[in-house]
Amino acid sequence: MYATTEELQRDVQRFMDELHGKFDGSDGKTYLVFCGGTGCMAGGTPDLIAEARKLIADEGLEESVVTRRVGCFGLCSQGPFVRIYPGDILYRLVKAEDMYDIIHKHIIGGEIVERLIYEDPKTGEKFEHMADIPFYRRQKRIALHGCGVIDPTRIEESLAMGGYQGLMRALTMDRQDVIDTIIASGLRGRGGGGFPTGRKWQFAYNQDSAEKYVVCNGDEGDPGAFMDRSLLEDNPLSVLEGMAIAGYAIGASQGYFYIRAEYPIAVQRVNAIIEQAEERGLLGDNILGTGFSFHAHVRLGAGAFVCGEETALLNSIMGLRGMPRPRPPFPAVSGLWGKPTVVNNVETLSCTAYIMREGIEAFTQYGTENSKGTKVFCLGGKVVNVGLVEMPMGYTMRDLIFDIGGGIQDDKEFKALQTGGPSGGCLTPEYLDEPIDFDNMVRLGSMMGSGGAIVMDEDNCMVDVAKFYMGFICDESCGKCSPCRIGTKRMLEILERITSGKGTMKDFDELDTIAEACKTNSLCALGQTAANPILSTIAHFKDEYIAHIEEHRCPARVCKDLIEYHIDPDKCRKCSACARVCPVFAIEGVAGKTPFVIDLEKCIKCGTCVTACRFDAIYKA
Amino acid sequence: MARLSGASVARIEEICDAYQGEKTPLVMILSDIQREFGYVPLEVQEVVSRKTGLSVAEIYGVVTFYSFFSLTPKGKHVIGCCLGTACYVKGAQRIIDRFCNDLGIEPGGTTDDGMFTIDALRCIGACAAAPAVTIDGKVYARVDISQVPGIISAYRQMEGGAE
Amino acid sequence: MSLVNIKIEGRPYQVEEGLTILEAARQCGYEIPSLCSFNHGECNQGSCRVCLVEATGARGLAASCVYQVAEGMEVLINSPKAVAARRTSVELLLSNHNVNCQQCGKSGQCELQNVARIVGAREGMFKGAKTPTTYDDVSPSIVRDTSKCILCGRCVERCKNAHGNGVLGFQNRGFDAKVGPAMDISFADSPCIMCGQCVTVCPTGALLPKSEIDKVDFARAQGKYMVVQTAPAVRAALGEEFGLPIGTPVTGKMAAALRRLGFNRVYDVDFGADLTIMEEANELLDRVKSGGVLPMITSCSPGWVNYAETYYADLLPHLSSCKSPHQMQGAIIKSYFAQAHGLDPKDIFVVSIMPCTAKKSEKDRAQMEVDGIRDVDAVLTVCELGDLIKRSGMQFNRLPEEGFDYDIMGTSTGAGVIFGVTGGVMEAALRTAYRVLEGKEHDAVVFNAVRGFDGIREATIAMGGMDVKVAVASGMANAKILLDQIREGTSPYHFIEIMGCPGGCINGGGMPIVRHCFLPNEDVDIVDTYRAKRARALYTEDERNTLRQSHNNPQIIELYSRFLEKPNSHKAHELLHTTYAGREPFRVQDH
Ligand SMILES: Cc1cc2nc3c(=O)[nH]c(=O)nc-3n(C[C@H](O)[C@H](O)[C@H](O)COP(=O)(O)O)c2cc1C
Ligand code: SF4
Ligand code: SF4
Ligand code: SF4
Ligand code: SF4
Ligand code: SF4
Ligand code: SF4
Ligand code: SF4
Ligand code: SF4
Ligand code: FES
Ligand code: FES
Ligand code: FES
Ligand code: FES
Repeated sequence: MYATTEELQRDVQRFMDELHGKFDGSDGKTYLVFCGGTGCMAGGTPDLIAEARKLIADEGLEESVVTRRVGCFGLCSQGPFVRIYPGDILYRLVKAEDMYDIIHKHIIGGEIVERLIYEDPKTGEKFEHMADIPFYRRQKRIALHGCGVIDPTRIEESLAMGGYQGLMRALTMDRQDVIDTIIASGLRGRGGGGFPTGRKWQFAYNQDSAEKYVVCNGDEGDPGAFMDRSLLEDNPLSVLEGMAIAGYAIGASQGYFYIRAEYPIAVQRVNAIIEQAEERGLLGDNILGTGFSFHAHVRLGAGAFVCGEETALLNSIMGLRGMPRPRPPFPAVSGLWGKPTVVNNVETLSCTAYIMREGIEAFTQYGTENSKGTKVFCLGGKVVNVGLVEMPMGYTMRDLIFDIGGGIQDDKEFKALQTGGPSGGCLTPEYLDEPIDFDNMVRLGSMMGSGGAIVMDEDNCMVDVAKFYMGFICDESCGKCSPCRIGTKRMLEILERITSGKGTMKDFDELDTIAEACKTNSLCALGQTAANPILSTIAHFKDEYIAHIEEHRCPARVCKDLIEYHIDPDKCRKCSACARVCPVFAIEGVAGKTPFVIDLEKCIKCGTCVTACRFDAIYKA
Repeated sequence: MARLSGASVARIEEICDAYQGEKTPLVMILSDIQREFGYVPLEVQEVVSRKTGLSVAEIYGVVTFYSFFSLTPKGKHVIGCCLGTACYVKGAQRIIDRFCNDLGIEPGGTTDDGMFTIDALRCIGACAAAPAVTIDGKVYARVDISQVPGIISAYRQMEGGAE
Repeated sequence: MSLVNIKIEGRPYQVEEGLTILEAARQCGYEIPSLCSFNHGECNQGSCRVCLVEATGARGLAASCVYQVAEGMEVLINSPKAVAARRTSVELLLSNHNVNCQQCGKSGQCELQNVARIVGAREGMFKGAKTPTTYDDVSPSIVRDTSKCILCGRCVERCKNAHGNGVLGFQNRGFDAKVGPAMDISFADSPCIMCGQCVTVCPTGALLPKSEIDKVDFARAQGKYMVVQTAPAVRAALGEEFGLPIGTPVTGKMAAALRRLGFNRVYDVDFGADLTIMEEANELLDRVKSGGVLPMITSCSPGWVNYAETYYADLLPHLSSCKSPHQMQGAIIKSYFAQAHGLDPKDIFVVSIMPCTAKKSEKDRAQMEVDGIRDVDAVLTVCELGDLIKRSGMQFNRLPEEGFDYDIMGTSTGAGVIFGVTGGVMEAALRTAYRVLEGKEHDAVVFNAVRGFDGIREATIAMGGMDVKVAVASGMANAKILLDQIREGTSPYHFIEIMGCPGGCINGGGMPIVRHCFLPNEDVDIVDTYRAKRARALYTEDERNTLRQSHNNPQIIELYSRFLEKPNSHKAHELLHTTYAGREPFRVQDH
């Protein structure tokens, strides 16, 4: 329980020394640091840790060799990782059986295990240190500060990384000055809309109300993005700090985290950090003797994308169906229980903590004229380096996909980058050298969104992608207002028609009318932007639509109704592997005698046989 | 209508009471009940209605709005197929289709023997492992369609062995 | 209230700050097509997206029913963009609607139909699957057909506002969203009290009273002896079905129309109301004298009775055992009247014309018969009567003024007629109770304290050497307050009147629909004032009547002397009183 800032600062110094000891060897121990992100955990981190502990115990090294689990390293496609300190050597794609070499060769023998070192797939260059890998070289961690470095379950480590320094600075300032600082930093909301954060706080500040609230939007609905999850899991204190800063600035003493129920670890970590902060007097009444009181609560989402929309989110916190309501009044005027409420995204809040700690300059030195700082992206799809990327705004798409992302998998052709999730659009190769920032993305017909960035290659059918997003939106529409409730269904039906070869050219007109109606007539931004994926794919890939409609052909061979599976008799080696996996027994042939044949009547086009055939004999047409 | 046991009623009331200090805690109460009982049928909603003073219609509205809540019990093993964008562009649709085909149910459905439920999920944060599938919380990375029958029979065998 | 300057279609206006664009436009003489908006936001806020206009400051188009005016705002209602947007919204609605207006009970009074016509929506513009629907005609009172529902949420809000703990709610989401009772079960199995408040606000045919016209036709075809009786509130509203201003009393034309519809006898339930007062006032005095259960609560509103049985079964002994007026009168018709005319009660078919949907289920209650003879055989709403008249070819407005049939039960008092408005039963009962206790009439006939539309009203009247404390509530949200007092033992009252519908029967579920879109030149708060106008019609009829106390009704006196002996006699109990039983809110066997 710290009664004053001085007390806290004394401890922070100690925490910093301790943390540094874990990196530079000054505490005389060796650390095996594992990535505890979802990707690596799924890839086997728990087994690695168990194996490492066993080997360490076998060698009687428990005193000097310690395992640590931290958050996502970012380069998830190369996981699971082990990072060794001192020395900062990174091993990737580690399997349980590799642990033996790591312990014996590296820890005991002091020799680097060459085969586990990261190797650039293109140049073949090897990198022992994480920071040297091209994927990391041009990134800058502001929002993700501390993520993947600290043990997020221990508040000491977060404090050692500068946690709460921003709040403490803010508490010495006038509330208006805090808001002015955020305004001057040019910070714009990372939740998708890009609304200037300082201005939002100013609105709430201006409201005359004894009761105000801060809400952290951790609903993260974009179906291909997990930036906020990482942040909440890997350094929850930075978000809590941002929330408290916002609370101080606008005059709120209560904050709510709204987190998806699908993120149980994030929920657990946030709850734990709140508890630890309360224990230490960093949260609650009269924080650090400054007179400022702030309490934080956690509320869970329950599986509804629309609850990311701020008014729906507020309704959800208030225990209601997550249906948006008309704005104005905006939450800053009338939010939770009718009181002025600031709703900010997870990443936004983390950035405010950074700005308050490091100063305006440290933030504005990155980014473009109207988009300051960095943005976290969740790079996924057909790109080589799949993972979490935080880069300064203004980098080009080429920087993101080819430099940081390492290019397209299997040397396929880059077709499109989808950003902004279901509200966004596709950016095509001609835009590769366009800078990525809020305004430019909109100008190009997409949007920044919350940070989902999915790379598509020649094997992706863009009509199918449009249908995917429309199916998502249609499922997730709250159903309150008629244009979105019915319009999205109608658009989905049209796309289903087109992808099954039953579309007509007239469908374009109908799509156009409904898309326009959704945009202008819908109550909330979900409906207003619902047609974007369609409009943007039509704009760039109209020929693909026409191929489906006029030629009943799916050029990328994705749309089930327009393809057939065949076996090339010349390639077939009569092994019968395909026939054995076919769920509907559609493949006939006698092993070793005749080439196998697919009965097109029976085939349900599941595609299993293709992966089963080791001789590449089965093709789609 | 199946009646709730006295113990269940007491437990539900206990859950409601735990949130007495909170303003408007309905979603939290229902989440706890869903986690503990596996579903939130009408009888349960009536108890929550009595405790919270909210109408059953409103509670039912909330239960059917959020996909986390279910009116019927889920299967013993819940197969969650990620249909997030990153997984989708890597063929996740075919994976879920195959699970559905082999188990003879639709997404969201439960097999007659109560063994499996298939849920379509949105990004579970394992995009690098796309297409990803979770079964009872365990994540299966880069699932290939030909693995599907094997995964199902492994779980069936596990059950068989236990009996 | 400060004023703001706005422009509508380029013309300058000054309007009050805080109004929505729609409200402001109405004051300035414009009617913006709208569909979900209702009575100061008694709706699912801004959901239909039909009332869209261009407004400076708004992102995209503004939903005028929720978007407030602001200084300098310029509003365009008739711009090509706004016109097209409104049309597409309605066309999308129609693409998920079971459009069969010809057979729809709401046709002609349907706001969707009206608005579709006005915005020029073309049916079939967009085709596709429809939301799976529910058709519920199991309850005797209300039919719910979600294939016609536009999810405006008015019914949800009305049920909640009227009764506190609403029966209706939104369910599912997206394209599967629906409005209905929990679990989408039938009204019959739900805690619904059948008041029909939801029906009166529904803009479409999704909620309608269950029609019993066929039943009446069938009885007539069988050659039954047809007796019709009309509730007090009916005369105050039937005219609305024929375009007359709200609150026009049409008692005479109504009687004429009923006679021309082939009813052998046309009676006024006001007589039954007088009878109810005799029984109820005496029951009250009995209870006071003999230390019976107090406060006593009225029982003439079946909506309220349903509620009591569902949620306050422990308080059922507080309910008066009196049947409601039309049930009493039905029982009298099939006994006293039948005897007098030498008719076999089995050949008599009693039709009640009611402002009420709950009465439809009331008449089906097991308790509502004597020796296997049902008191009442069919209940028609005001709207159904309107339909019958229209079907018959009569021009209602040109009918002569006629009276009710006079014999046996043709006289009624002003006390009977005010039953139709909240506080009326109380006032009528006080008039009679005072007389019984004091042996003389009260100086002032009118008890103003129990009149009006406040949720709860109370009064203390000195009579019989004691201070009689009474209270009046309408709508279950208000009633609940009084009931909880009784439960807690803190109720100071002797007698309480409770009506199911806010405002009483003049606002009942079987009354005509009152809508802006059909009466565009009416006041801005038309929906708030129609109750007052209808109430006025009843109070006027009370004032005009020379008989104003039930006990002064000569035919009532005759009925007692010739048939029932005295109030609360054994015979009276057999015919005029009833019993109650608690019930589960949800009566689902298996789901
Ligand atoms: C359909 C929809 C979904 C949204 N989902 C999210 C989300 O998951 N996370 C988020 O931070 N903002 C989301 N938003 C944006 C929020 O409404 C809101 O603008 C944001 O939380 C404000 O925070 P910021 O200013 O810090 O970005 C969503 C908006 C819409 C319309
Ligand atoms: S636009 Fe869609 S999500 Fe938004 S309120 Fe309307 S129906 Fe709901
Ligand atoms: S695609 Fe599937 S159904 Fe068709 S032949 Fe191959 S395995 Fe059988
Ligand atoms: S798996 Fe390939 S090679 Fe073997 S039988 Fe099938 S098609 Fe022929
Ligand atoms: S509800 Fe209205 S629009 Fe629909 S069928 Fe009935 S009258 Fe026609
Ligand atoms: S209005 Fe026209 S379409 Fe409608 S019923 Fe009459 S003739 Fe037929
Ligand atoms: S009839 Fe009355 S109680 Fe029943 S749903 Fe309608 S408004 Fe509610
Ligand atoms: S039933 Fe009627 S009032 Fe209720 S939501 Fe549907 S259309 Fe509106
Ligand atoms: S108040 Fe009148 S209309 Fe309403 S339920 Fe009671 S009797 Fe029927
Ligand atoms: S999960 Fe390990 S690097 Fe992302
Ligand atoms: S999209 Fe499937 S895990 Fe991210
Ligand atoms: S006022 Fe338009 S929806 Fe209520
Ligand atoms: S949205 Fe305004 S009337 Fe429906």
